[in-house]
Amino acid sequence: MSTTLTKEAPGPVEEPVLRKPPARKRLVPYWLLLPGILWLVVFFALPLVYQASTSVQTGSLEEGFQVTWHFRTYVDAFAEYWPQLLRSLLYAGTATVLCLLLGYPLAYLIAFKAGRWRNLLLVLVIAPFFTSFLIRTLAWKTILADDSLVVDALGALHVLDVTSWLGFTEGERVLATPMAVVCGLTYNFLPFMILPLYTSLERIDGRLHEAAQDLYASPATTFRKVTFPLSMPGVVSGTLLTFIPASGDYVNAELLGSTDTKMIGNVIQSQFLRVLDYPTAAALSFILMAIVLFMVTVYIRKAGTEDLV
Amino acid sequence: MTENTTGGDVRLTGISKTYGSFTAVHPLDLTVPQGSFFALLGASGCGKTTTLRMIAGLEDPSAGSVFLGDRDVTDLPPYKRPVNTVFQSYALFPHMDISENIAFGLRRRGIKSVKKQVDEMLELVQLGDKAKHKPHQLSGGQQQRVAVARALINHPQVLLLDEPLGALDLKLRRQMQLELKRIQTEVGITFVHVTHDQEEAMTMADQVAVMNGGRVEQLGAPADLYENPRTTFVANFLGTSNLIEAEVVETGSDVVVTAGGGKLEVPGDRCTDAVRRGGKLLVGVRPEKISLAHADDAGSIADGRNRVTGRIVDSSFIGVSTQYVVNSPAGAELQVYEQNIERDARLVPGAEVVLHWNPAHTFGLDADQSLLAGTVGAAGVETVEDAS
Repeated sequence: MSTTLTKEAPGPVEEPVLRKPPARKRLVPYWLLLPGILWLVVFFALPLVYQASTSVQTGSLEEGFQVTWHFRTYVDAFAEYWPQLLRSLLYAGTATVLCLLLGYPLAYLIAFKAGRWRNLLLVLVIAPFFTSFLIRTLAWKTILADDSLVVDALGALHVLDVTSWLGFTEGERVLATPMAVVCGLTYNFLPFMILPLYTSLERIDGRLHEAAQDLYASPATTFRKVTFPLSMPGVVSGTLLTFIPASGDYVNAELLGSTDTKMIGNVIQSQFLRVLDYPTAAALSFILMAIVLFMVTVYIRKAGTEDLV
Repeated sequence: MTENTTGGDVRLTGISKTYGSFTAVHPLDLTVPQGSFFALLGASGCGKTTTLRMIAGLEDPSAGSVFLGDRDVTDLPPYKRPVNTVFQSYALFPHMDISENIAFGLRRRGIKSVKKQVDEMLELVQLGDKAKHKPHQLSGGQQQRVAVARALINHPQVLLLDEPLGALDLKLRRQMQLELKRIQTEVGITFVHVTHDQEEAMTMADQVAVMNGGRVEQLGAPADLYENPRTTFVANFLGTSNLIEAEVVETGSDVVVTAGGGKLEVPGDRCTDAVRRGGKLLVGVRPEKISLAHADDAGSIADGRNRVTGRIVDSSFIGVSTQYVVNSPAGAELQVYEQNIERDARLVPGAEVVLHWNPAHTFGLDADQSLLAGTVGAAGVETVEDAS
């Protein structure tokens, strides 16, 4: 900036000559960027290129794979696995909505009502991270097992009758049903929803609530017109942090689901590690990436948070 | 302003607020007449903001009632009270533009066509060209005017102002004081203004209640408070006062006291308490009421004036006036403000002088209070000189 200013100042008014910072100083930002850029190139950009090339190869493990620009793989993969893709988006979407419904009141409580318990509650929110993702998901297997306390209680309350009628569970079973997978996803990604929500709620000046109430807004209206719009950055980043990883997740469907609840992550995993059909797996990964990117772009546009995020 | 059928008086009866063992506001009775500009003045922590918030409904009183006109609003939530507040930090909604901010109150009451009123309000606060800006694009003074417009558009029975000028620099503050006063005269709504700035309270308000430690120390018109303070707190907090400890030797329509060997007269009706012979009295006089004569000219001072002899210890030239600090047997560090009309070159630190003033300008206060109450936060210059 300063350099262009000094060069392009031919006006009649004599402008003070802006001193150029020394070269060493000007390069500092780039040096600071370097490690991050290197990391991204080696562990993100290169694998992406490699995978893109894999997706247009043909061959077999025995004969080796060749780049043949076989784009047909994409069409075939989509035609065969679209139900799993759709299911992934459906499950991830449901889990995201559930996370928002569960997480928002909790984040609100921690931000505005918790007082001195605030820090303890925040620690409790991230406490699950002290155990491994797999162990936690396996624990849900026990929780949702047949004749477990929770399942029996749900059965006794006739909740399962309703969910079975809706097709979420099967008879007296919860494990190996869509509900179990969605429950697992919701549970595992809940902290990723709560934390951004909390951060943006906590930033809201409490006096804005007072101002709204002073200006004839009931508590409900205050929430609708002031609190919620101001928490939009948290809602957007929370839903993205939940939806994006959830749509590619395979652990929950693997451990809590059945063959009827396979998500696209399970398909990619088995294509890569069991069927060893690398091109199909890579193509599916790209299809998923494209769909998620498209949905996220539309969502951010719709949410209209360009000057809030 | 059509809805003010029951009158816009604000009446507080026995209102108090306690937080645990701390009493922010002691039981308080206060009436703010309709259409007046009323200031609650006091240092921070004196309970003035708490009182204001209880009128707004943002704070529940521990006891007592709030009346607007004849209506008891004590149990009404803030959004049901015909009262609006201008907050200290303005509290503008950052996600709405200026016109939406101003229209907020009208919209909440279900008024659909707000454009005309919003435009009128923007005109009133001279921000017509900023309607589509976001609050953060405005300067402090402009945000302040938006906050006023946002509250006024609702035609509240009472407008509450919580240190609305606190965040502005001095020059802008003076300008906004005049502007607020203009707006108040124009719309005729009752204003209750909370401030710690005594000058602000005196320039703007018709009535000032000076608060200290959760109680109203004195209430009255600014000039009355200034001329007739009834406590040392008011005497010191509003401007500067010279307070001299004295002993009463004669009572009657004129009270005669002795201090530091000299005799002073105080009009009997300007003493706060029943004065008795031999009792103590705090004699007060404002610095600008005192004239200064060099000791050599003592003979030329007219008879019947109160006199105190002393020695100048400090003087500072302020421009309009010169401020002297004089030590005397009657009291240390007496303040004297002399207009710079004809300056006597002999009046320099070290000079022996006679302070003299019309006895009618003297007031007497109860001697059982601290001489220094209210000095913290009073006009800054003297305090600084005192320290040096």
